[in-house]
Amino acid sequence: MQDTQNIPLIEIRNLKKYYPVKGGILPHTVGWVRAVDDVSFSMMRGETLGLVGESGCGKSTIGRLLVGLEEPTEGRIFYQGRDLSTLRKNPKEMRRIRTRLQMIFQDPYSSLNPRKQIYEILAQPMLYHEISRRDTIHRDLRRLLDMVGLPETVLGKYPHEFSGGQRQRIGIARALSLHPEFIVCDEPVSALDVSIQAQILNLLKELQAELKLTLLFIGHGLGAVSYVSQRIAVMYLGGIVEYGDAQELFAHPAHPYTKALLDAVPIPDPAEKNRPRQLLQGEIGSSAAPPDGCRFHPRCPWARPQCKNTRPPLQKVCSDPAKQSAFSHDTACPYGQEGSLSEWENIS
Amino acid sequence: MSHLLEVQNLTAAFAQEQGASISVDHVSFYVDQGEVVCLVGESGCGKSVTSLSLMGLLGKGGAVIDGSVFFEGKDLLRMPQAELDRIRGNELTMIFQDPLTSLNPVFTVGNQITESIRAHTGLSKKEAKERALGLLSQVGMPDAKETMKKYPHTLSGGMRQRIMIAIALSCNPRLLIADEPTTALDVTIQAQIMELLKKLRQDRNMSMILITHDIGLVANMADRVLVMYAGQIIEDAPADRLFAQPKHPYTRALLNTVPTIRDRDRRKLQAISGIVPERYDKITGCRFADRCPYRTDACSAPQKLYALSAGHTVRCAAAANSPA
Repeated sequence: MQDTQNIPLIEIRNLKKYYPVKGGILPHTVGWVRAVDDVSFSMMRGETLGLVGESGCGKSTIGRLLVGLEEPTEGRIFYQGRDLSTLRKNPKEMRRIRTRLQMIFQDPYSSLNPRKQIYEILAQPMLYHEISRRDTIHRDLRRLLDMVGLPETVLGKYPHEFSGGQRQRIGIARALSLHPEFIVCDEPVSALDVSIQAQILNLLKELQAELKLTLLFIGHGLGAVSYVSQRIAVMYLGGIVEYGDAQELFAHPAHPYTKALLDAVPIPDPAEKNRPRQLLQGEIGSSAAPPDGCRFHPRCPWARPQCKNTRPPLQKVCSDPAKQSAFSHDTACPYGQEGSLSEWENIS
Repeated sequence: MSHLLEVQNLTAAFAQEQGASISVDHVSFYVDQGEVVCLVGESGCGKSVTSLSLMGLLGKGGAVIDGSVFFEGKDLLRMPQAELDRIRGNELTMIFQDPLTSLNPVFTVGNQITESIRAHTGLSKKEAKERALGLLSQVGMPDAKETMKKYPHTLSGGMRQRIMIAIALSCNPRLLIADEPTTALDVTIQAQIMELLKKLRQDRNMSMILITHDIGLVANMADRVLVMYAGQIIEDAPADRLFAQPKHPYTRALLNTVPTIRDRDRRKLQAISGIVPERYDKITGCRFADRCPYRTDACSAPQKLYALSAGHTVRCAAAANSPA
């Protein structure tokens, strides 16, 4: 038995996922969409990592790769130190592991089968994976519904009878039903009304603490992500550009893209109406033809000639090893270290 | 001084199997020249129906059954169709949430802009094209000439919304209604579009009704805020005042329910329990009562709007009478 305390629950190394682009009269592959291009990170048990970025940056693809809905083109995913690609050769073991890795989807309307009653949606997987038995299923379902704040009467109903917030609670119950350790939450509140979002965010936070879950929280609402996450990874065009403790990253962004992203979020306070902001020009590029060098350089207000040459790797923001251990903070901008951003502000 | 737009007791209903359902209930407000008024609320609260009613765009099954909408002193709801057509799209225009469905997929961008210019101004083809090019560069399209030849599907969401804004601005409107103009866009693009709208408003002294559910955008844009809940305006105040002293329990909850990146103290978000009631027009008392933490027996009586100081009104007897 390995020591599960010190190895990460989830670790990905140099993960890549390319999708072919078909074209021509006789369709053949004319190029590749590099949805995820060389991403590495690890998550300890009980940690919540927020993955933020704009649409098309590859954040949802990472989520789908982690729960096994997609297979990586290259790179490895480790679950408790074991390589998922070798585990795939052992279907029985893989089946068991899949129950430990679950997902909550963005759209609670399309992710529940409209022809099935909630009883079937929740009970079938539990019986199939032998989490519960025929004689205990009702007790287990009651407990499950209680956790997500739904009454037992929902079991006989169909998905269309529920509001968006209730459906998302059912989606959460389904993810929890197989007693997972790790849940990918793919924009779980984006489709919900503001007054309902807080209910779901609070529920996820409570469940995470109560069940010691490890969560990957994907979102583009920075407020919601920072509310639930201890660490944040910022993605741009298939790669992570900044990674660090949530408080530190938001207080001292060390990548121009993160800074622009924070500046773009409207603050709900009229006094902030005219705060100085660095707005980005142009739009997110295409993952099918990403720019050379730093992928952010065409939009970067501080780009220098050398930014076009090589793609910068993630590096520690703090060069002082004594301080490094206090918090983690990495940036993919070679000029983002130690207060350089204030220097940038002087330039601009 | 009369207002640019004055809406009085606007009431709109939709036909349903069980009879008409009133989705906008006696809504009154005004917009002055150069002012940005934000209409805030959750989906289904009637904010879009309000704006569509103003424009006479309710469509099948819906109708304005009471009230009046005075634009520059004339009632839009009771004027001849020809006059309405002249004002609409000319002095009063609208942009929508989803720019892809609002643009015609089989015509080029240039075609659609020049068409709307020519329909309203009688300029020649060449003059209309000149003006279209000018508008496209005003809304920040990088290569206006090239863009004129493109079809909507080849443009990104942000670009499409810029085209919609260019079309809306083509006849120098006095009032622009923007219905969730950036909800479908990414946050950095949203910031660009909002900055553009701010600038256009300044340059042209244009008034704007901005419909949104994003409290952050409201704080960023609004001069005055109307909060809607279940078909009624429940609070109306200048923006600074609304954020500093929200009165209605729903407004207070709405301001507290949004997680922001500045909330680093990790307080628990205040959630509003329950959901917006269906068929809210059947509720006789306060429509927020069943979700309200401060509910009393008095709340089962119909609530009227109470005027406080400094242009602040609230539809809650308890909030109006409380000292702070």
